[in-house]
Amino acid sequence: MDRAQFSQDAENTWRIQPFGKMRVPAILYASPSLIDAMDQKVFEQITNVASLPGIVKAAYAMPDAHWGYGFPIGGVAAFDPDAGGVISAGGVGFDISCGVRTLHTGLKRDQILPVQRRLADTLYTTIPAGLGSTGPLRLNSKEMDAMLQGGARWAVEQGYGRPEDLQYVEEHGCISGARPEEVSQHAKQRQHDEMGTLGSGNHYLEVQHVAEIFAPDVAGVFGIELGDILISIHCGSRGLGHQIGTEFLKSMAVSAPDYGITLPDRELACAPIRSPLGERYLGAMRAGINCALANRQIITHLARQAVAEVLPNADLHLLYDVSHNTCKVEEHAVDGAPRRLFVHRKGATRAYGPGHPELPAAFRAAGQPVLIGGTMGTESYVLVGTTESEQRSFSSACHGAGRAMSRHQATRQWRGRELVDQLATRGILIRSPSLRGIAEEAPGAYKDVSAVVDASHQAGLARKVARLEPMIVVKG
Amino acid sequence: MLTDTGHWEHFPHEADMGIRGIATSLEEAFAQAAVALTAIVTDPATVQARETITITAADPDRELLFVDFLNALIFEMARRHMLFNRFQVTITSDRLSATAQGETVDVTRHQPAVEVKGATYTALVVRRLEDGRWLAQCVVDV
Repeated sequence: MDRAQFSQDAENTWRIQPFGKMRVPAILYASPSLIDAMDQKVFEQITNVASLPGIVKAAYAMPDAHWGYGFPIGGVAAFDPDAGGVISAGGVGFDISCGVRTLHTGLKRDQILPVQRRLADTLYTTIPAGLGSTGPLRLNSKEMDAMLQGGARWAVEQGYGRPEDLQYVEEHGCISGARPEEVSQHAKQRQHDEMGTLGSGNHYLEVQHVAEIFAPDVAGVFGIELGDILISIHCGSRGLGHQIGTEFLKSMAVSAPDYGITLPDRELACAPIRSPLGERYLGAMRAGINCALANRQIITHLARQAVAEVLPNADLHLLYDVSHNTCKVEEHAVDGAPRRLFVHRKGATRAYGPGHPELPAAFRAAGQPVLIGGTMGTESYVLVGTTESEQRSFSSACHGAGRAMSRHQATRQWRGRELVDQLATRGILIRSPSLRGIAEEAPGAYKDVSAVVDASHQAGLARKVARLEPMIVVKG
Repeated sequence: MLTDTGHWEHFPHEADMGIRGIATSLEEAFAQAAVALTAIVTDPATVQARETITITAADPDRELLFVDFLNALIFEMARRHMLFNRFQVTITSDRLSATAQGETVDVTRHQPAVEVKGATYTALVVRRLEDGRWLAQCVVDV
């Protein structure tokens, strides 16, 4: 993107003053080189978001922003229901509550090395991943509704995990206000054998070692030390979430004129929060969030089983679980007064700062862990939420590297087999049913996650705590 | 697959995949785009025509009809764990009826690269080209 389109508020803060139909400014957080590399669609989409009814303060774009569906990926926007604010299915996306859960293992790198291959194979055979894989449970219709209502809490009650897991999950593992009756039969059918599956594409389970510590004080609070082995799970609400997204995107696109909303882009499909359609979507989306939380809880259970087979001394316990495709009701200070807002984060992670009452007691003084996934060949990061982030972005940060090239181009440039071999020579074992899928996820097809994380850090959205490097990657 | 009447293509999109069907009839353009959808997951040539299913959709807007058709197909693929590579599409006024032939996913043989989440309204175009052929395309979220 041409930087001349923006005025610059600070080194990593760029502004588009309202023009045309924009009701608020658009603010982009990125380094100059990240902005240069962004596609022009980010400008178009973020200014479209800024024109939606009831938007408060600004439309924000994170350092990993790129072309999305209506909202840019890496887009954050908050709406006031009392000001005709809208809720947008496009602002949440097709993978409701996709997110990252990171687990401690109590192990060190040198304990993994002698059993790395066996651990990779055991995880691969235990965690269902990829198209055609099925999960360990089948829910009847009553159980499905209970899961959609109860989320990770329901999963723990069914024996998938421990009660203490829940305090380290956003919403304590279960978001209230889920309405399973607003989730279609199609969505429930699609989820029928997908509970506890990883999915495919950029979803993964990764065994990682802590390669660098940036903030020793916070790392200490989070229980992270150099050489520690962590396990991260990146996936979302599976078929149920995709179906909810698909159906409500259509309903909202078709109904927008009835609500007097002119959509600048069909994908920005939305409905007033205070409308029957808006409320139905909210209820269904919350059910989708619970589905994703339950899913990551079940996968945690499977990961515990797999690791126990190979390393009986391991103890997998949660660091934290974050989601990056959601719309949540939150209280934020605007012009000094608290306001209850509907905050959309599309490919953006919530990053509550020190003192936030939602945080588990152990983290309240330090701030929220923010888990940023990288690529299978590079690195991932743990960050912590900051106080400044609230004013800057409604306590939001980036979510990952973002793609630098299309899947199509990636398969032209890389071969799955060669990538697997190259990564193996660097000590990274990849397990996946598809070589083409691996090529599409080639590290080179992604932007530099460290540039994205550095920009988030410089802009005060979240602060760097630790850098993790992959050792084993299971992908679908 | 190139036929006398049409062909399919993929077009680039950063995070996901664009699918496109171009053919002498609107219906065949839809059918070719459906093959392009399958090609996101696997080589269509590896899919055998063992079972036939029916898909229906209805919308007065041709573009929304196209997306509805693809999403109905995506739902059947997901629910039945199947891949399809042969399609017969009939469109009468605002109603679509299609048959899809394919088989259950075989992970070893098909090596599915990625799962399709849904068809989107991004880059959604259904129109007649200057030479009279029909084009149907959109981006699909994977």
